[in-house]
Amino acid sequence: MSTDRPGQLTPSQTVGPYLALGLPWPDGPDVVPEGTPGAVTIGGTVYDGAGEPVVDAMIETWQADPDGRFDHPDDPRGARTPAVEGFRGFGRAATDDRGRWSVRTVLPGALPVFDALPVFDGAADVREAPHIDVSVFARGLLDRLVTRIYLPGNAEANAADPLLSSVPAERRGTLVAVAEAPDRYRFDIRLRGDGETVFLQI
Amino acid sequence: MAQPAERTPTLPPYAPVPEGTHAPLDFPGYRSTGLRAPVRQPVILPHRLTEVTGPLLTGPIRPGDDDLTLGEHGEAQGQRIIVFGRVADSDGRPVPDTLVEIWQANAAGRYAHRWDDWPAPLDPNFTGGGRVLTDAHGDYSFTTIKPGAYPWGNHHNAWRPAHIHFSLFGRAFTQRLVTQMYFPDDPLFAQDPIYNSVPEGARERMISTFDLDATRPEWALAFRFDIVLRGREQTPFEEPHA
Ligand SMILES: [Fe+3]
Repeated sequence: MSTDRPGQLTPSQTVGPYLALGLPWPDGPDVVPEGTPGAVTIGGTVYDGAGEPVVDAMIETWQADPDGRFDHPDDPRGARTPAVEGFRGFGRAATDDRGRWSVRTVLPGALPVFDALPVFDGAADVREAPHIDVSVFARGLLDRLVTRIYLPGNAEANAADPLLSSVPAERRGTLVAVAEAPDRYRFDIRLRGDGETVFLQI
Repeated sequence: MAQPAERTPTLPPYAPVPEGTHAPLDFPGYRSTGLRAPVRQPVILPHRLTEVTGPLLTGPIRPGDDDLTLGEHGEAQGQRIIVFGRVADSDGRPVPDTLVEIWQANAAGRYAHRWDDWPAPLDPNFTGGGRVLTDAHGDYSFTTIKPGAYPWGNHHNAWRPAHIHFSLFGRAFTQRLVTQMYFPDDPLFAQDPIYNSVPEGARERMISTFDLDATRPEWALAFRFDIVLRGREQTPFEEPHA
């Protein structure tokens, strides 16, 4: 009975093997429209615990605009029209028959840390390094996996980032994309085993 | 960029997910988890700006996307049903204007997907995908056909209970949910590891209820499926704003 006890969360289930029937959109990978100045491609391959590509996964991305702003009423600085025309903040890409995914976006800006706790004084200039939140969906995943993409050009900010600092040093690299060209970054995702990507509990 | 210290605005985080809500990622009865569920413990990500915001999508919805029975050449085969309900958060607040996407097998239990090759008939008038926005009260409604059960190779004589896949955004990254809706009294529940991966006491929330009042006479049966997304943490006290 789904209505008896309001407040009881609906459980998660796997997307199964046929998510392609409902989820991908033609413009899903376009966080920004084609031809946007400064656009970059971020993508990679999803691997399973045997090192095989995962051909039936879907990746979603969510990020701030280059000024570090969100067009969302719950941003305490106020919702703001994105600095880049056509910027959606959100990307969605299914993996192809070689397990590859990619989105076209612009690099996010740094974010001030608004602590989630009700009391937080000072340190108003502490910033989160630029990052992109990621959800991974696939057959065999009973809940989405969450991770974050950081960028290799921000060594200083990355070193000061509160989340990255909380990750064991030897695994931090799984959260940092690799620059393959000025406008192309690779972010592979390893679901399980050797080199397993750091996944996040939110 | 040293600035005078000022009170930093605070973000109410989303409440933690109670124990016993979701399936464990590693669930051997569902074989596909074996190579895909991470083995390491996840790292805690406190809720900050990126997590308490999220895409407020209003597209890509076209007229008719809420009616899966409208085929290219005619009406889809099968038992016509209305699937409807309310999307709310765990505080009981409705979630308006949020995208709900569904996908499902046809009446014979076959997906219109190139990988699904079990010998059940395809329906040229049923592709099985739909999307709709909740209204100002958080309500949504689809017209579709009742999906069939289908076999899968997970274990000997394995059959998935009839279900509809659901995907929801809510208003924040933390609220994102993908789930499956089931039908009342399905005899296949007991042998299905995906349904049973969710702890007892929570899995029942995925079963829709038959709603005679919502049934449209001479037209379609109706099933109600209400969905609850994570809500906000209660703020312990009010804080004066700078
Ligand atoms: Fe299914």
